Amino acid sequence: MRKFDTKVQDLKYKVLREVARHAFEDRLAESFIDIPDIIVVGNKPTMRCCVYKEKAIVAERIKLAMGGDKNNPNVIEVIDIACEECPMGGFTVSDACRGCIAHRCEEVCKRGAIYFDHNQKAHIDKDKCVDCGQCAKVCPYSAIVNIKRPCEIACKVKAIGMNENRSVSIQNDKCTACGACVYQCPFGAIMDKSYIVDVVELIKQSNHNQNYKLYAVVAPSVSSQFSYAKLGQVISGVKKLGFFHVVEAALGADMVAMTEAKELSEKGFLTSSCCPAFVDYVRKEFPEMAEHISDNLSPMATIAKYIKETTPNAKVVFIGPCTAKKMEFQREEVRPYIDSVITFEELQALIDSRDIDLTTLGEDVLDNASYYGRIFARSGGLSDAVREALKEQGLEDFEFNPISCDGIEACRLALRKASRGNLPNNFIEGMACVGGCIGGAGCVTHEERDKNEVDKYGEEAFEKTIQDAISVLK
Amino acid sequence: MKITVCIGSSCHLKGSREVVEELQQLIADNDLKDKIDLCGTFCMGNCVNGVNVTIGEEIFSLKPETTKNFFETQVLKRI
Repeated sequence: MRKFDTKVQDLKYKVLREVARHAFEDRLAESFIDIPDIIVVGNKPTMRCCVYKEKAIVAERIKLAMGGDKNNPNVIEVIDIACEECPMGGFTVSDACRGCIAHRCEEVCKRGAIYFDHNQKAHIDKDKCVDCGQCAKVCPYSAIVNIKRPCEIACKVKAIGMNENRSVSIQNDKCTACGACVYQCPFGAIMDKSYIVDVVELIKQSNHNQNYKLYAVVAPSVSSQFSYAKLGQVISGVKKLGFFHVVEAALGADMVAMTEAKELSEKGFLTSSCCPAFVDYVRKEFPEMAEHISDNLSPMATIAKYIKETTPNAKVVFIGPCTAKKMEFQREEVRPYIDSVITFEELQALIDSRDIDLTTLGEDVLDNASYYGRIFARSGGLSDAVREALKEQGLEDFEFNPISCDGIEACRLALRKASRGNLPNNFIEGMACVGGCIGGAGCVTHEERDKNEVDKYGEEAFEKTIQDAISVLK
Repeated sequence: MKITVCIGSSCHLKGSREVVEELQQLIADNDLKDKIDLCGTFCMGNCVNGVNVTIGEEIFSLKPETTKNFFETQVLKRI
């Protein structure tokens, strides 16, 4: 029924679920120490060398599930004892080397780093090698492999390093909190801090929405998640948890599309501001381009601002696919509007901590946004929406020439060209995750069909134009 | 006077946009823009009776086609 991509996610989920359960039942402080025994059952290890290490690591996960290290401003943290200190030797000749006589590897190596032993098998002199990878490309047996840590490969901003104990370390001044390493580490040694306990408190303190109204703002990528239940049942589940109402972040996206189109037509060149990891990347690596970031708040913050301005006594929790949103909501300009952020993974844990079976619930409705607001969840959607918003505002004369960049590498390429003045486009849609938000680290699953699910959900929107969707707002 | 229209999902699907547009038109036609503050809010916790509209604390159940009547019988007399 429930499905995660990996067992690491499943493990993380179990910890989050138990922490939430304890928090709901007012026994977290006294008995969180018992949670490792709930997760690691019996005395046969299934993940590590012994159950004691397994329990010790679970204890670290509990800390992160309860908010993590308060002294570390980053929401992405390393669990030192969970790191397997994977080899990171770079290009290495494997046993597949046949000791051939062609020696293409030697010929292609400009550094003279390849040498041969008495069996004619190749070796790489690491003092000379610069990891260019040419030898690996030409070997007819594909015998030369590049040994890198999965976290290091995942991190396209090069924020992953190694501490003196060879376990992984994260450079906060480079990290954009996109969460790629969290999702890619096969041992689950990197985890995003969770604010799930804060959310449980928000639910409890609202006293059934008597003390304040607790709103959930849900990202449009929800349409590709929870595939075992209907979207309407997910909405019912969120309300059953204790939320007063669920609002689409996509309506914020509709609002953003309108103002962003206008801003672009006035300024002539712009980058998007929806993706917090992209915005952070621009500020850190291309500070000279920061002035071109759109002035818009993100769709999340835009709709939350509207809710707070129109509904006295409202509190807002954002539920989405994104770990970087956990950084964004702590920014000064966003903090007044968003009270907490959780991911879809964490929503699943919350729902199960209350033993709510989504498949047995009736279907509630979620319909605020237009097709265009909803397709923000996938790469290219934002550009489509801005094009539509230009049209709807009579700004067709503006020659819109967008480039949709998904993944930091694509973003880097466009930003570099733009900073040198040779990017032919006048709008950069920047999304840190490959595929857009549906590729986010906080997604329960990542599948090929996700994009189609988002488009389908978009087409189901009651309102067909952006103008119609936002016309109810003032 | 403050009129609030529910724009939560359920009321939205029952036509809150049409209600809002109609009210905007009626307010403009009657030259009451200075006197009436028209707002939206997400959900009034009364979904089955939507579209929900409040004047102050008083709640009304509207449909797009009953909006004009609501305006004439409830709004105008309170001005």
